[in-house]
Order: sequence, then C-alpha cells, then structure tokens
Amino acid sequence: MNGIMGFISLWALPFIILLILTMGLFKRVPLYETFTDGAKDGFKVAVNIIPYLVAIIVAISMFRASGIIESMENLFAPVLSRFNVPADTIPLMIVRSLSGSAALGVFSDIANTLGPDDYATKLSAVMVGSSETTFYVLAVYFGAVGISKLRYALLVGLLADFIGIISAIAVCNWMF
Amino acid sequence: MNYIFYFLIVISIIAGAINGKLTDVVNSILMGAELSVKVAFSLIGIMAFWLGMMKIAEKCGLVEIIAKIIKPVTKRLFNEIPNDSPATGDIAMSFSANALGLTNAATPIGIKAMEEMQKYNVDKTSASNAMCMFLAMNTAGFQLIPATVIAVLISIGYKNPTEIIAPTLVVTTIAFLSAIIISKIFQKLWTPQKPAETTAKKEKEEKVEVSA
Repeated sequence: MNGIMGFISLWALPFIILLILTMGLFKRVPLYETFTDGAKDGFKVAVNIIPYLVAIIVAISMFRASGIIESMENLFAPVLSRFNVPADTIPLMIVRSLSGSAALGVFSDIANTLGPDDYATKLSAVMVGSSETTFYVLAVYFGAVGISKLRYALLVGLLADFIGIISAIAVCNWMF
Repeated sequence: MNYIFYFLIVISIIAGAINGKLTDVVNSILMGAELSVKVAFSLIGIMAFWLGMMKIAEKCGLVEIIAKIIKPVTKRLFNEIPNDSPATGDIAMSFSANALGLTNAATPIGIKAMEEMQKYNVDKTSASNAMCMFLAMNTAGFQLIPATVIAVLISIGYKNPTEIIAPTLVVTTIAFLSAIIISKIFQKLWTPQKPAETTAKKEKEEKVEVSA
C-alpha cells in the first residue's frame, strides 16, 4: 500500500510532462514555440491575482491576530467535548478554511505537543488532510479572471467545509 | 463577499481592542499585504511553466481526448459548457492534478480552466454556475494522498502514518460529494445571472425614469 502510494506520487508529474511532450512531438506541434507562447501569460495572471489576494489575506491576517479564534475556542469547547472533540482541535476547524499555512502550523503544533498517541493528533491530521483553503482558492481562481461577485460560491465552500469537519469527527470517533 | 470582507475586518478590530491585541492587528495588515505579493510572485514561474505545457497539451489534442473521456460526468455537472470545449479538458486535468496532490500544477491548470469558462460566462464580473461548481469541488480538497500531513506524522514518530489515509479519503469524499450536491441545489435557488448588456440597459432605463 505504502509502496504504491509512493510510486504514484513520485511518478505522477514526470508522467504527465512526458505524455504532453511526446504527444506534442508525435503530432508535430512546434514544442518550444508553443511552450513559450503559453508561458507568456504566467506573469500577467500572477499580477492579476494580487488585488484579490491582498483583500483576502489582509482581512484573514487581521482576524487571526485579533485573538478572536482563541475566544471562540472557549465558547465552543463545552459543546464539542460532548461529542468527544478535544478543545485543542477547535482553532484548527476555524483556521482550516482561512489559511493553509496556518492550518498546517496549528496541526504541527498539536502533533508535537500531544505526541503520536493522542486522539487530537489523529483527528487534526484527518481534518487538515481532507481540506483545501476555501478563501485562498476563491481569491486566486476568481481573481485570475477578474470576478468580484462570487454569488453562492463562498457559501457552498463553507458549507462543504462544515460537513467535512462533522464527518471527520464522526469517522475518527468510529475508527480510532 | 462585501459583508464578509467588512465583518472580518470590523470584528478583528473590535476583538483586537477587547483582547488588547490592537497593535498585532495593525501590524498584521502590513504582514498580510506583503504575504499576498509573495504568494502571487512565487506563482509566476510555475504558472508560466504549466501554462506553456498546457498550450502544448491543447495543440496536440490531448486536452480534447481527456475532455471526451470524462464527457459523461462533466455534461451533468457543467451544463453551461459545450462538451467539446477545451474548458472540459482543463477541468479534468486540474482535478487529476489535485487528486494526485500536485498542487503546483493544479493551480495554474485550474486558472486556465477558469479562463476557458469565462468565455461562456454571460456576465464577466460575476461567477457563472459552472465556475461555482468548479470552485466548490476545488475547495472540498479532494486528494488521494495527504502527503504533507503524513510527513508531519512521520516527523513526530507516528508508528503507522498511512492509517490516516483511509479516514481522510472518506471525509474528503463526503465533503466533495456534498459540495457538488449543494452547488446543484443553489443553482436552482439562486437568482440567475443576467447578461451584462441587459443589466446595463436596465440601469439606463431606471436612470431615465429617475431623471424624468
């Protein structure tokens, strides 16, 4: 199992690149010219994203710095302890949708302080592994095409995150 | 988004004042702004690489082939997008990259998919149903191997780190499927997009009425 997984993650990228280039050569696509032609847009797209990223990342940095996540921890702890959820994992549930690097930081912190045998380590591992940073994804993808009216996209993302948290709690309770 | 942007900032300032962390909050503005530019600039190189690769993939017909393979699925999920459009192939390639944990490739290809979908969007400033579906599926973060998490677990001496894969896969699949279902429901409930020209016309008409 471990070997197969390792093989897939090692070979996935080289395989895709080989496939694209070989097929291009076979179909007589001018590889170098086509590549540089497509790559030209890299800078433009990255720069287009900046205003959207600044709006989202600044707002989220302020939110995290304000200490409100710690206050929410105290608020939710009594309710969640009934469902066998350790209080240490509460900041993770909130931060998981907001910032990927912060979520990984919180998770490493839990893992290092509580150790490999603690239930909180397992639960937070599943929560981090099964999530994508909703706010970042929306900022980057909508930013790249200049869309500022998100309609229901954010709501769906957050609802799915919420369902993800609940199923993580349920699955971990059952498996560990 | 207007309200969320407003409330995130206002709540941060109020909570910062109550918790005595107002200096931290103010400093975080600069740090956040700097980080955004760093993130964007660190994307330039890898974005250029994958946009170049995807251009070759498109020209040699690979994207089209992939689009054809997953047509039965995308036909239902993205009904605004014509089946033979490169958008379908880009969407499929972006998800494959995501599922394999190739985040560096998934983001540029995903952005390319967004650009293709934008061509079929009736109002270029607002998100189409197809885009909302695509992003809902993306934010659910479907991934076969949570590589970073396993790396952390190994570093703390976790005995059997791969035991985390199965529960993670179950959770991410549930989140992924519910994201699709919720998007489908909202597609019907939400006010449909208006084509950009008609809204502009309506605004003009309203202005005329007001001035009259």
